[in-house]
Amino acid sequence: MNLVRFVLARVGFSAFVAVIAAAFALPLLWLILAPFHDQATLSVSLPTNPTLDNFRAVFDNQFAVRALFVNSMIQAAGAMVLTTLVATLGAYALARIHLPGRDVFVYVLILFSSVVTGSAAMVPVFLLIFRMGLIDQHLGVILVFTGGLLPVALFIMRDFMQSIPRSYEESALVNGANQWQMLRDVVLPMTRSGMMVIGIWAFVNVWGSFLIPFILLRSPDKMPAATATYSFYTEAGTPVITLISAYALLYVIPVLVLYLFVNWKYGFQFFGGIKS
Amino acid sequence: MANVRFESVTKRFGDVAAVDAVDLDVHDGEFVCLLGPSGCGKTTTLRLIAGLETATGGTIRIGDQDVTRVGPKDRDVGMVFQDYALYPHMTLLENIAYPLKVRGAKLAARSERTREVARNLQIEHLLDRMPGQISGGQQQRTSVARAVVHKPRVFLFDEPLSNLDAKLRLEARAFLKRLQRELGVTAVYVTHDQAEAMALADRIAVMDQGAIVQIGPPLEVYRAPRTTFVADFLGSPPMNLIPVRLQDGVLRNDAFALPAPRHLRDLGRHEGQDLSLGVRPEHLELCDPGAEHAISGETFGLEPLGPETLVSLDVGGTLVVVRVFADEPPRLEGDAHVRVDAEHLHLFDGDGVRID
Amino acid sequence: MPSTHQDSTILTRRTGLTLLAPTFAFIGLFLLFPFVWVVAISFTDRTLLGAAAADPQFIGLDNFRQLFDFDSWMRSGEFGRSLVLTVYFVIASLIGQVFLGLGIALAFHRRKGFLRETIFTLVTLAWILPEAAIAFTWTSFLDPNGTLNTALGAVGLTRPDWLLDAPMASIVMFNVWRGTAFSMLLFSAALGNVRPSYLETADVLGANAWQRFRDVLLPMIKAQLATALILVTLWTFNVFTPFLLTQGGPAFQTDIMAIHTYRIAFRYFEFGQGSAIAVIVMLINFVLAGVYLFALKRGEGAR
Ligand SMILES: Nc1ncnc2c1ncn2[C@@H]1O[C@H](COP(=O)(O)OP(=O)(O)O)[C@@H](O)[C@H]1O
Ligand SMILES: [Mg+2]
Repeated sequence: MNLVRFVLARVGFSAFVAVIAAAFALPLLWLILAPFHDQATLSVSLPTNPTLDNFRAVFDNQFAVRALFVNSMIQAAGAMVLTTLVATLGAYALARIHLPGRDVFVYVLILFSSVVTGSAAMVPVFLLIFRMGLIDQHLGVILVFTGGLLPVALFIMRDFMQSIPRSYEESALVNGANQWQMLRDVVLPMTRSGMMVIGIWAFVNVWGSFLIPFILLRSPDKMPAATATYSFYTEAGTPVITLISAYALLYVIPVLVLYLFVNWKYGFQFFGGIKS
Repeated sequence: MANVRFESVTKRFGDVAAVDAVDLDVHDGEFVCLLGPSGCGKTTTLRLIAGLETATGGTIRIGDQDVTRVGPKDRDVGMVFQDYALYPHMTLLENIAYPLKVRGAKLAARSERTREVARNLQIEHLLDRMPGQISGGQQQRTSVARAVVHKPRVFLFDEPLSNLDAKLRLEARAFLKRLQRELGVTAVYVTHDQAEAMALADRIAVMDQGAIVQIGPPLEVYRAPRTTFVADFLGSPPMNLIPVRLQDGVLRNDAFALPAPRHLRDLGRHEGQDLSLGVRPEHLELCDPGAEHAISGETFGLEPLGPETLVSLDVGGTLVVVRVFADEPPRLEGDAHVRVDAEHLHLFDGDGVRID
Repeated sequence: MPSTHQDSTILTRRTGLTLLAPTFAFIGLFLLFPFVWVVAISFTDRTLLGAAAADPQFIGLDNFRQLFDFDSWMRSGEFGRSLVLTVYFVIASLIGQVFLGLGIALAFHRRKGFLRETIFTLVTLAWILPEAAIAFTWTSFLDPNGTLNTALGAVGLTRPDWLLDAPMASIVMFNVWRGTAFSMLLFSAALGNVRPSYLETADVLGANAWQRFRDVLLPMIKAQLATALILVTLWTFNVFTPFLLTQGGPAFQTDIMAIHTYRIAFRYFEFGQGSAIAVIVMLINFVLAGVYLFALKRGEGAR
């Protein structure tokens, strides 16, 4: 009786795992195989003559190269630096000065930002950037992303800051440092790992997001890889599947690498809602 | 170097007066220990000197400067934190040199002075290590080194030995004492360990509930505690306190009657009152049942400690500890009898205040 | 430490406010201001180009009246229809993501090793890889000759043209695949905090797997369950990614709220109308967020 139950449980578990693995792996199969196919189509088959020609085609395409290696990089790195900087300084102040309502501030902010988001925010954000004269500019995209990522970044950073004993900063002051020296020599170096996490998280978010650059950018030479991929599909008439497949693979690699790095260094920890 | 002066200093946190109208004078070159139970306001007092708390009322002076409203960076003090607060991302050298660096000292001068201090504290060979790579005792010395490196006017210590194990603590205590003597620097040292305070201090300030109850040289405080609180806090085991009533010049209790000591001039005023009789365990000695003014009690327990034995007696419902100095623990069973010289008796009134 | 409610001597108020200034600027400009502005625009006939762009007129509740014009609002491509589609989409995604996430977390509860790492990595990657790239692999996956149909054919099932014949089912499938990681990570973190001794006690008492789940595990993850339900609802309500698969079509069959808003505002350039939709969406979001807070409070009170 017990043995039967045990066997049934093992079989059930294995079946479940197999189905889940297939369900989550199969959609990614094309992304891994098609780029090396000499005649890639939307269907998946093992490349019989594996080739790197598709990648060559990508690198021959000025627009594609620029989108991926220049535009996406500028926008993701810009938003990463700005978000990390603003959130670190703001979170530090929130952790160390007393303001009325300080403790609910971050929670209210997170809730509010998940209300004023996506479809609800696109019209006014577009108009705002339009008014600021930043339509079709990297800076506009960077600013909007930073504003959107800031609440969660603040939340995570503040938690991190509060876990640092105050005695480090106090000893800096007693040792004769002024507030800025304390910040530069003690606080910022001690929050490096938190800044790293926020930075990677912001980078990955911006790198992968489609809607904001889609709305705020017009000209091809400003488009990041997200909208470039899409425009290959819609504007070339018959999509150049070979090009797209190789391009898509190149496009996901940084995220893959960062994921592996974070997983190796910190374990993929979970900060309630790390992805906005 | 300089003296530190508190004039009626108060620090409130909401409704709690952590430091309550404290007057304190730490002389130039003096080593003062703030001693008291947890929560009595020692750390807050120290942080007021450092400028890490701002006084709610009163005046704080260092030397002839009024520093009440001066920030920590301009007070020119050195402080050793309870958790040492060594910066984990800096080497020991960078840690110790930090006070010099923010004062704009040149790299060469910085490094030379740091090495000098490190040599004195016997950590010179560790200067390239990170704080995480050295032992607790070495961390403690590093943090002392950082506090002294720029020759501050005052040293502040907040229970610097509490994170060390017992053996290291004795070593570090001797070390600190030697260092302070050598440097001849003004120091304020917070501890809840009375032995540490006795060993280190020129003067001990005993604190209770935000106030300094008594301040004086260790032996003076030990010999003439101002209150039952001080009597109870200093000495291990603490002073025995036995409830008695003064009637016709005799101290009476259910278990004994002793003539009131004649050297106490103020005793007359307390005729007919309930008082506390205080005797240190080492001033009680075992005696025959028939001895004059013998106090009798039932043997309650024996604790042989090596050079001495602690004997506890049940004297009319009060536990009385006797310290017996002998290589062999006394053999006691049933009733035991002790006596005490009148000059070693302390008396405290109903409010716990010493009667002189 | 009682230090939380203390006026710090570490940072002066002035330095603190200086450090906070950029934060306040971003929040004011990109969160508060859009919120207020979108409400204002929803009462105007603003467009991107033409006379109404330079000088939008106040038209009161006209935009809202048009949205809730009960004669036409359920026609395909209209606001009411979009709302209904969104509700389908949200509920189906919610059930899929939360159950799947919980299932995976439970299956690997107190297990370690290669199998767990692989599954967790796959599910997490589905969540974090760029949406544009993911949309393409899914276009291929759902293609009439794609992997899904190959797999279905292998076990002898029909092979529909997913994006044409079952567009709503397609984007739900896609969204579940994409979002399961959140529930999975949330639940496995919560389950990780259940002390093993609780389960051992249940074992000793002879509880079967279902009883163990219901009586021991479920009560301990109630708060996380509420969190997952509401956050997933909120996110799904606002998600735009399916646009990359279907553009809202065919024939507006996947015209969910975010896509609908985008179309009105950025295809037809009806900013007034688009803002009115945004206001309604925000109202719905606020209600969801309110429910979330309420559930969270209740959860805390229960503990
Ligand atoms: N930052 C603070 N906020 C509120 N209360 C405090 C704070 N610091 C100390 N206190 C209170 O002041 C009293 C004295 O604390 P402290 O000086 O740390 O005592 P000690 O160092 O003697 O243990 C305690 O009651 C403590 O709770
Ligand atoms: Mg203390």
